[in-house]
Amino acid sequence: MSQATLAIRRISGHIGPAPGEGVERDYQVCKLVDTTTCIGCKACEVACLEWNGYQFTDTVFDNSYQTMPQTSWNYWNLIKFNEHEREDGSITLLMRKDQCMHCAAPGCLAACPADGAIVQYTNGIVDFQQANCIGCGYCVSGCPFDIPKFNPTTKKMFKCTLCVDRVSEGLEPACIKSCPTGCLHFGTKDDMKDLAETRAKQLRDNYGIEKAGVYDPAGVGGTGVIYVLHDVTNPEAYGGLPKNPHVPWVVRFWKGPAKWIGNLAMLGGILGVTLHYLRYGPKEVHPAENENGGQS
Amino acid sequence: MSTSHVISSGRTAHESSGKICRYTLVERVHHWIGAFAYIYCLITGLAFWSPYMFWLAVLVGGGPVARFWHPWSGVAFTLSMLWMYKMWRGDMMTTDADRRWSKAIKQYIENDDQNLPPEGRFNYGQKFFFWLMFYGVLLLLISGLGLWFVESIPWSLRWLRYTAVTVHVVAAMATIGGFIIHVYMGTAMVRGGFTSIIRGEVTADWARTHHRLWYEQVTKGTSAKE
Repeated sequence: MSQATLAIRRISGHIGPAPGEGVERDYQVCKLVDTTTCIGCKACEVACLEWNGYQFTDTVFDNSYQTMPQTSWNYWNLIKFNEHEREDGSITLLMRKDQCMHCAAPGCLAACPADGAIVQYTNGIVDFQQANCIGCGYCVSGCPFDIPKFNPTTKKMFKCTLCVDRVSEGLEPACIKSCPTGCLHFGTKDDMKDLAETRAKQLRDNYGIEKAGVYDPAGVGGTGVIYVLHDVTNPEAYGGLPKNPHVPWVVRFWKGPAKWIGNLAMLGGILGVTLHYLRYGPKEVHPAENENGGQS
Repeated sequence: MSTSHVISSGRTAHESSGKICRYTLVERVHHWIGAFAYIYCLITGLAFWSPYMFWLAVLVGGGPVARFWHPWSGVAFTLSMLWMYKMWRGDMMTTDADRRWSKAIKQYIENDDQNLPPEGRFNYGQKFFFWLMFYGVLLLLISGLGLWFVESIPWSLRWLRYTAVTVHVVAAMATIGGFIIHVYMGTAMVRGGFTSIIRGEVTADWARTHHRLWYEQVTKGTSAKE
């Protein structure tokens, strides 16, 4: 939304490097979501709406505490509730704050055809620039977390900005600020990783939660939002968090080798017909007399 | 298909001036609706295809405008294609003449036309192009709907999103290959073809040279009638 004073690392649909790329180094910023201390109060949902200026709108009730089935173009932060059956048959309520993961290798940015519609800042925030967005929805296909959403009125894509306008001014994101239990943390990626690993170790050693661990998927180069999960071997249980997310290979092929195969094929076609014309030229129409003469 | 594509009332006049009606007005109109719709989709599609061609979108009003009209232009192209299918389906069936002709395709490519087996209203290459575009546009429309309404495809069926992208790209590339050859042959290689799809007429010599069986059919029909 706002470029503020941040330097840019990557630009979608862009020929050549990002201007100033590699000149500045910045801390990688990161949100840490500790699902083991989330109480599902949804303060972060409200804070997100408030800071970003969206009204609360009608939603769908489907016999759950969850506000709506999934995030929408004007609802970027959603606690996903899942009644999960443990191995011993008891029930637990798993709650996970769902939002853009701010991947280090963002699939949305790779898929986007519009120059500058998606940028990644040097601090790792992946941000949509609606002024450059053409509303094609390619980012939807590129995202392994099903996050970008289309606003049918403005025909632009929207998602969590990681409060880039706050972060660039040295403030923490709105969701972090609102969390009453301290299950949300914000800082550098290194610090958050340390904190998360410490918490996971605490859960394993002190609480006997053997499978506790940190979710920071390598398939997308790591993410700018990391989770502490009770059971890191089954992230799917947390409202469909993919186990091994990666940019779909179709998208990588489409935006990689297919581009050059296709471009060469088209160039080859144009070259081919040009050479044909130079070599053989146009067909001749044979007058009737010649035809008959030739045949007899 | 007999000679339904020849305007019988105009035939005598054409014949007397040495001209033959090759395409009726309705056929020409649908060809050009399809042509302009396809070219619009091509320009905007190439813009979305590669950052190196994004400037093409600027030529037609900018990225968002191009994105808005691209699918609708695709729908227009599909409709014109369905109409062409209705008009030409019969003429586009492979015949024995095509089979003979296709064996001599090398001679045709090298403009060694004197000894080519005679062809009907459309030669085998034209028929191939027709069916390429026909099936191509069906695939483009179906996969295009997937891209158009990508959010309507549920996450659990996301493989459909990826299939749509793949099919759209492959079908687009196939039609572009056909399109390049079609435009080249219709304008530069087979002189008179471009005029015929604009004004509808060809000379008798042109018809006899390129589509002998059709020429004989059309002219015989005339003489038999009169």
